[in-house]
Amino acid sequence: MSEAVRAQFPIFARTSRGEPLVYLDSGATTQKPQVVIDAEMAFYEGWNANIHRGVYEFSERATLAYDGTRDTVAQFLGGVRADEIVFTTGTTGSINLVAQSFLRPQMAPGATVLVTEMEHHANIVPWQLVGATLKAIPVTDAGELDLAAASRMLAEGPALLAVTHVSNTLGTINPIAQLAAVARAHGVPVLVDGAQAVGHFPVDLTSLGADFYCFSGHKLFGPTGVGVLWARQALLSEMPPFQGGGDMIDRVTFAKSTFAPAPQRFEAGTPNIAGVIGLDAAIRWVMSEDRVAWQAHDEQLLHLGREMLAKLPGVSMMASPEHAVGVLTFTMTGAHPHDIASILDSRGICIRAGHHCTQPLHARFGVQSTARASFGPYTTEADVLALGRGLHAVREIFA
Amino acid sequence: MATTNQMYQTLIIEHDRSPRNYKRLDAPTHHAEGRNPLCGDEVSLDLTLDADGVITDVGFQGHGCAVSKASSSMMTTAIKGKTVPEALALFDQFHAMLTGQPGDRDALGKLVAFEGLAVYPMRVKCATMAWHVLKDALSRES
Repeated sequence: MSEAVRAQFPIFARTSRGEPLVYLDSGATTQKPQVVIDAEMAFYEGWNANIHRGVYEFSERATLAYDGTRDTVAQFLGGVRADEIVFTTGTTGSINLVAQSFLRPQMAPGATVLVTEMEHHANIVPWQLVGATLKAIPVTDAGELDLAAASRMLAEGPALLAVTHVSNTLGTINPIAQLAAVARAHGVPVLVDGAQAVGHFPVDLTSLGADFYCFSGHKLFGPTGVGVLWARQALLSEMPPFQGGGDMIDRVTFAKSTFAPAPQRFEAGTPNIAGVIGLDAAIRWVMSEDRVAWQAHDEQLLHLGREMLAKLPGVSMMASPEHAVGVLTFTMTGAHPHDIASILDSRGICIRAGHHCTQPLHARFGVQSTARASFGPYTTEADVLALGRGLHAVREIFA
Repeated sequence: MATTNQMYQTLIIEHDRSPRNYKRLDAPTHHAEGRNPLCGDEVSLDLTLDADGVITDVGFQGHGCAVSKASSSMMTTAIKGKTVPEALALFDQFHAMLTGQPGDRDALGKLVAFEGLAVYPMRVKCATMAWHVLKDALSRES
């Protein structure tokens, strides 16, 4: 099944370091199908214009395409309202928006934000910037959230629970609905970082229980520099803007300005129009695919990868959570992750090495850095086997 | 694939496994620490300079990839016995080699083992980190 998906991605016709491309870094960014590349190019070649306020044909078309993407996103997220979709620069931009426009205006000094030990730095630092005190739900040795601890910590009434849907480092799929139910019982709003989730499985925000959901276009087969914040209109409409500029106002005088309603209120300045158009194409493409088959394929490759790594001498998985997307994060005795990545690179194999923007999680597992291979729907069994052969070559150099 | 074998020359692997001067000095005249926030690699460097400005002893500690560890190790052997201007001139030659600039390769001795890195710009910083720490240490008053 991955071959049919793969055929839609022109990059797989290319080589890397003169070798066939083995792309195992979809956790960092996914590759782009031809339809996404075509959509962005068609806009720039055929009807590029700024949105809103232009009354000529191209501007009108750009405006309709830009705002129309809210409908596509709303449908993709399980049928939420289109006016609850805010376009941002990415997951990081979305989380910062919530920190600045939701948390900061109403928080008591030093209020607690409850995060988890597996959060990406993007779901840690924005809360620190607004002066919040962080508490972290522990991660077990299996790489899963300690749910008993989570319940206790939610009962303490933090100002917000900010949790990742899927760990970018461990692949863990967190039980968001369960956590959100506990949070709701204690009146704690919930922000979910969906960056690593939306590219792997369908997300239905009508039943998940989240108050805020964030994701990026580029981890969803779309362009970089564009992302989404979803929040219920009741919440959005109470939030002040944190960036001022054009396109977000109602009326401006030197004495005072009033603001447009949400979501426009949060989209100051000319946005990433081409990026939003590309995101629309990406989401339509994802929805046209058999995502049940994607998940089965991902699980199969994960199983294969874990079995393969278990047989490699000196290789240790950071953890192997039961519910996970296709991510293999490991260390190898005697070989630093950057050296592993460089040797694999010489064979055309792209993986990531370092802390993957999860330094607290690495500290939790007592390691400085790890090597990470992460899958997409275009990843093949042959890719995983190539990784195994590459790691044998690493051992030959360092063993 | 030949290019990576160049990066991981036997000499580099050997210094990674058995780093030279991997120690702290009891009474260093100069000290500095460096960290690469992108990969988390860390180097701590101690130096002893005599009255003539000659580096009489040097020790390093830290953790990092094979390239950074071997580079630290080979740097310590290369600069021991050199004056400060000599050591800094050696860094200039080393840096020139890694960035593909012309320079005196003969002056580099065993450090030419890192020449293959020039085609991997993302890894050049691994080899230069110890040298930047050296520069930092020398710029501080003892």
